Amino acid sequence: MADTIADTRRLFSKPQNLNDAYGPPSNFLEIDVSNPETVGVGRTRFTTYEIRLKTNLPIFKLKESRVRRRYSDFEWLRGELERDSKVVVPPLPGKALFRQLPFRGDDGIFDDSFIEERRAGLEQFLNKVAGHPLAQNERCLHMFLQDESVDKTYTPSKIRQA
Amino acid sequence: MSFFSFGQSAEIDIVLKDAETRKRVEHKTEDGKKDKYFLLYDGETVSGNVNVTLKNPGKRLEHQGIKMEFIGQIELYYDRGNHHEFVSLVKDLARPGELTQSQAFDFEFTHVEKPYESYTGQNVKLRYFLRATVSRRLNDISKEMDIVVHTLSTYPELNSSIKMEVGIEDCLHIEFEYNKSKYHLKDVIVGKIYFLLVRLKIRHMEIDIIKRETTGTGPNVYHENDTIAKYEIMDGAPVRGESIPIRLFLAGYEMTPTMRDINKKYSVRYYLNLVLIDEEERRYFKQQEITLWRKGDIVKKSMSHQAAIASQRFKGSSSAEKALAQAQAKEQ
Repeated sequence: MADTIADTRRLFSKPQNLNDAYGPPSNFLEIDVSNPETVGVGRTRFTTYEIRLKTNLPIFKLKESRVRRRYSDFEWLRGELERDSKVVVPPLPGKALFRQLPFRGDDGIFDDSFIEERRAGLEQFLNKVAGHPLAQNERCLHMFLQDESVDKTYTPSKIRQA
Repeated sequence: MSFFSFGQSAEIDIVLKDAETRKRVEHKTEDGKKDKYFLLYDGETVSGNVNVTLKNPGKRLEHQGIKMEFIGQIELYYDRGNHHEFVSLVKDLARPGELTQSQAFDFEFTHVEKPYESYTGQNVKLRYFLRATVSRRLNDISKEMDIVVHTLSTYPELNSSIKMEVGIEDCLHIEFEYNKSKYHLKDVIVGKIYFLLVRLKIRHMEIDIIKRETTGTGPNVYHENDTIAKYEIMDGAPVRGESIPIRLFLAGYEMTPTMRDINKKYSVRYYLNLVLIDEEERRYFKQQEITLWRKGDIVKKSMSHQAAIASQRFKGSSSAEKALAQAQAKEQ
């Protein structure tokens, strides 16, 4: 009483090249935010974070890079991406203005636990953003991640691959 | 029917010919419930009888005529007042007069055209029904009986596969292939996704079946999308050169055949949506329309042989085997 059984055999596909199967994947991108250091004295103190990048994606000029950035640099990057790219940019960890008010019991924005919280949030932010195919086309992202310093007077542009 | 009538009233009952043997199918009603209705096909004759049973056996029932109608109509939910009838047949069963006792009337609509399949959707409904009416001066007595119509198709002559290369430049290139472009409702989608370039961290891939009901014309077109199924085909990160197989059995899902521009009022189309999700929850997708069609059931063996096989399955006794042998002998 059965109908003809449908042919459910797999479609033919080329066997995978062993190098492709067992070699390193082409999507390797690792970004770490670490080593917070507070520089300066008194009111002009600020904290910088080390951003280390390791990748094999061809869109990044340097396969390894190490730069130092502060929170306001992150804010700048987020603003640039929001304006120029069509990406929905994830939020940064909080600005913590209340921590900058005087007469606090703890170290305010230089408190160890706060810095650690912020560091983790910045790392999460960068990983989300740097892996986005559209964000990877923006010059501001590459300048932030790999150039020695951030030139806020740059001309916004898109990366063109040869 | 009036609850405050002091005179005579009647109950109407419509009975299709072959009601015991005719197949019944489940069909969704507007409020989501499922009921069973008799199944008819295009071109089939619709015949049977109407039983008019008098409520008060002693009294007479005066009437202005008794008729039977076969109606196929489309109802758009946003425009309930206007029922668009595309099939409308009438047969007079009795001239104006009076009934002194309960009576049965035969009716027959020969080779009725039923061009479209019965459909109950989100914004539109197409239904076929029989309506028997006893006309009276003040209020008519009528009874409707819904029937379900299925439109059958045969195997399409041309049924090419769908094969396409899509992607994001320098980031993700895939080639997807589905073995056919037209599938029947109990078919299997066999396909594959071949990864040509993977510079993203993909976590998961699935195929969704999406039903799109389109109602209205011109500037008032309205699409209603409904995800019928989500079927995971890959869990984990693929690399270049990997081929992920697809085998999706359609019989498990509630679907209708593809309906294109039915009486210029609505369409129901189906799409396969291939969705890739990366580590950061970003979604990449490619939608592709497929045509669904309804295959007729094949009745291969005679009734007695089928009955013999069925009893054998349940009893496994020698008497059943004898019945099977007898049926086989009869066939030859």
